[in-house]
Amino acid sequence: MILDVTELTMDFGGLRAVNAFSLQMDKGEIIALIGPNGAGKTTLFNCVTGVYYPTAGEIRIQPPGNDAESIKGLKPSTIAHKGLARTFQNIRLFPNMTVLENVMIGRHTRLKAGVLGAILRDKRTRQEEEQIIHDSFRILKKIGIEQWANNQAKNLPYGAQRRLEIARAMATDPFILLLDEPAAGMNPHETKDLEELIVRIRDTEEISIFLIEHDMSLVMSLSERIYVMDYGKLIAVGTPDEVKNDPEVIKAYLGEEVSA
Amino acid sequence: MNFEYFFRLFFSGLTRGSIYALLALGYTMVYGIIKLINFAHGEIYMIGAFTALIVAGALSLTGMPALAILVLASVVALVYSSMYGYTVEKIAYKPLRQAPRLSALIVAIGMSMFLQNYLLLAQTSNFLPFPDLLPEFSLPESWGGMVNGPQFLIFVTTAIIMVALTLLIKFTRMGKSMRATSQDKVMAALLGINVNRIISYTFIIGSFTAALGGILISSYTGQINYFIGFLAGIKAFVAAVLGGIGSIPGAVLGSIVLGMAESFAAGYISSVYEDVFAFVILVLILIFKPSGLLGKPEVQKV
Amino acid sequence: MKLEAVKRSALLAMWFILLTFPVMVVRVNTVTGVVQWRWSNLVLVGLGSFVISLVWNWALARTAGRGGEAAEAGATDEATGGSGLRIGERMSDLRTMLSEPRYRTPAYALLAVVIVAFPFVMSLYQTNIMISALVYVMLALGLNIVIGLGGMLHLGYIAFYLVGAYTYGILNRFFGIGFWVALPIGAALSVVAGILLALPVLRLRGDYLAIVTLGFGEIARIVMNNTTKFSGGPQGIGGIPRPTLFGLEMGLLGVTRYTYYIIVVVVIITVFVVYRFENSRIGRALAAMGEDEIAAQAMGVDLTRMKLTAFALGSVWAGIGGVILAARTTFINPASFTVWESVIVLCCVVLGGMGSIPGAIVGALALILVPEYLRAFSDYRMLMFGAVLVVMMVFRPGGLIPKRRRSYTVDVAHEEEVVS
Repeated sequence: MILDVTELTMDFGGLRAVNAFSLQMDKGEIIALIGPNGAGKTTLFNCVTGVYYPTAGEIRIQPPGNDAESIKGLKPSTIAHKGLARTFQNIRLFPNMTVLENVMIGRHTRLKAGVLGAILRDKRTRQEEEQIIHDSFRILKKIGIEQWANNQAKNLPYGAQRRLEIARAMATDPFILLLDEPAAGMNPHETKDLEELIVRIRDTEEISIFLIEHDMSLVMSLSERIYVMDYGKLIAVGTPDEVKNDPEVIKAYLGEEVSA
Repeated sequence: MNFEYFFRLFFSGLTRGSIYALLALGYTMVYGIIKLINFAHGEIYMIGAFTALIVAGALSLTGMPALAILVLASVVALVYSSMYGYTVEKIAYKPLRQAPRLSALIVAIGMSMFLQNYLLLAQTSNFLPFPDLLPEFSLPESWGGMVNGPQFLIFVTTAIIMVALTLLIKFTRMGKSMRATSQDKVMAALLGINVNRIISYTFIIGSFTAALGGILISSYTGQINYFIGFLAGIKAFVAAVLGGIGSIPGAVLGSIVLGMAESFAAGYISSVYEDVFAFVILVLILIFKPSGLLGKPEVQKV
Repeated sequence: MKLEAVKRSALLAMWFILLTFPVMVVRVNTVTGVVQWRWSNLVLVGLGSFVISLVWNWALARTAGRGGEAAEAGATDEATGGSGLRIGERMSDLRTMLSEPRYRTPAYALLAVVIVAFPFVMSLYQTNIMISALVYVMLALGLNIVIGLGGMLHLGYIAFYLVGAYTYGILNRFFGIGFWVALPIGAALSVVAGILLALPVLRLRGDYLAIVTLGFGEIARIVMNNTTKFSGGPQGIGGIPRPTLFGLEMGLLGVTRYTYYIIVVVVIITVFVVYRFENSRIGRALAAMGEDEIAAQAMGVDLTRMKLTAFALGSVWAGIGGVILAARTTFINPASFTVWESVIVLCCVVLGGMGSIPGAIVGALALILVPEYLRAFSDYRMLMFGAVLVVMMVFRPGGLIPKRRRSYTVDVAHEEEVVS
């Protein structure tokens, strides 16, 4: 088990956005979290990545080659350093930076050069700088957006911006990649490419994938296990086929009056 | 303990707080709707006071009765300040609605600097005595002479304005449109609310109350110059944050608390550091309770 | 020009005549009871706002037409007013030209000659003005780190300038410490002050940060005003010695030239350091934070450390500038460190271009030198600064010389093997 969320609860004032939610993830898995709008999916992501401090519960990770540890309540930057990287539902690139620079920021957490190194520009800093550029470009190639390397991120087509978010997250060398609605706003063709990309990332980079997605055909063909959330609670978990036929899930998606 | 001294400080703090409240209302309303610290708000307050002074000064040569001068000068000043508020929004803030917040803030500072120096160049850099306009009346003996007439007038005006604004926002069509606009501009526009007009109304109302504060405090302290708006504006903003920005009762409560705190701190601790207290309070509140006394905690959307 | 536009501007002019009537036309002196009526101002306001409104609307349409930042491409067709836009385009043409070594080397050589010869060709008075302008260049470069890169609106920047100036003033007053010893101490104390200010504002969002930093600047000034025994109070500290050179006796002219060279060297060091910082791992992370704090954090950028670094590295230049200021004027008092001084530095950064090093230099030189040489305008200086902030943000938010993104070249052929 590389990610273990137990009984996680998140309250906003009187509203319980996530309610005693538990989730486990194994190495090399692709899992998905689905549920109606406002079910609390992104809130769960935000708790896991440190944006919110959860009200109760525990989040543990097991990074490769390291002991299991709790990451509950750590700063987002520390969590990124420990190997969890994410993308955002409504794209949050650094709009005025170039595509390559966006990815270079992703490398930040794996490098050391400080202020003094920057000013003196010693041999090690220069080598590191060259290495960043080299690595970042390689990642862009893998994701297939290297032709835009020196363009400003905000000038990219929509689909490419979504891919750039993934590239930037991968630059942090994660062992778990959390994708928040990566296919939102994409056309069927782009979604197909995205699906291939996600599988390739999992297979070649040894990165496990945890995604939130509304595109059911993508979720069903991609995920090995699916967690279904409604009103902050876990209502079903299982393989795509199990979940598809679960009466609770159908009820949550289609409303009360339709019986399974 | 000297009770009379205490109560004198208390009422002087309440006076100060009432004026902050008249200013803070504008900050809080503008902030609620376009999420901008309108640095020029304090300048509108100053322009209101100056306009009243100019009109009163010119009219006093005609030998009009004092009460008529008071009414005329106040009306002209209030109308003019509202016009200034409206114009500032149209020129400086409207083109930047979609721009990053940093840009809008920089424009607000620029506007404040511009208006201050506009007054300085067109009028004077000296302090001018403000004409004695408030009617003289004495309060009952039983009040112990700790509150004077002008102070009383200031409390009453602030209370009336606050109640009127609350009613306006709660019950009128315009108030409902304002609340809708502050929650979601796009949705409000889709529902047929003229967002630009609502923003203009907000600036007009805010400028109106600010100018009222400017006129009252100037008649109370008896002198003004081009610089009175800046610090008052900053402090009123602190008061609005203290009360919970975006909340009208919060703005009033925050202003009263800040006014009292300043008055007591100046009276019992040290008067030379009077202006420092507001900033210390601001830092403390932002660190320990950033949503303010009456504001709702803000959840960062990701 | 369309009739519609003229009509609109005429209406607007009438609105402004009405709006500014009490303030512009009537002047009441309530002490003497004299009322002045300045009817000529009416005409001035009318004509002025008519012309400005025509240009304004034309420029607004133009800015909207080409969508913000595409402004860099030089469209040099129309020859009408809108000076801000046109100057900007010339600047960027100039910059393209300068990137060719054929032009660059002679241009830099010429610049070097001008800089070195300046105090010998120009008068003492002008050398002094140039020293002030160069101090502002330093301040603008320093503030640019906090605002241009970090995206934090810092309105108390002048406090660090004050720390530098008073460090020298006070150390000299009580311990007789000289310029060269005070310089590093002033720089260090400014860094400490920068970090002390950064600590409480770490968690604050942009607009709150602006107010708190403004408050900090004011507090620093008020404290200096009221600790008379220590800082001289409102009278300040006088008789601060000018810089020394191995105890050499220099006349006033000599020592001014010497100060000029000191500030030139310090500015060059500043540019060098800031340039290298900007293009480094930390500089990039700071820029990322300026664009989107949440995303930067998710990429592993530690906001706390970044903000402390930005404030520390921004303040150090103000501290050094303050020591040099004290040495040049030999006199300091709290009145020279008001919040408006911070806004002037902000104005230099905004005019030149946030995040742009050549922008900060040109912005500071323009804003300090132009009012000095156009004496007629000097009364309108602050009014103009306010207008500059508004106009730049509305029409050219990138500044005269917008920040250029660095582009990197990667040997694509060499990379072929890694494509999966």
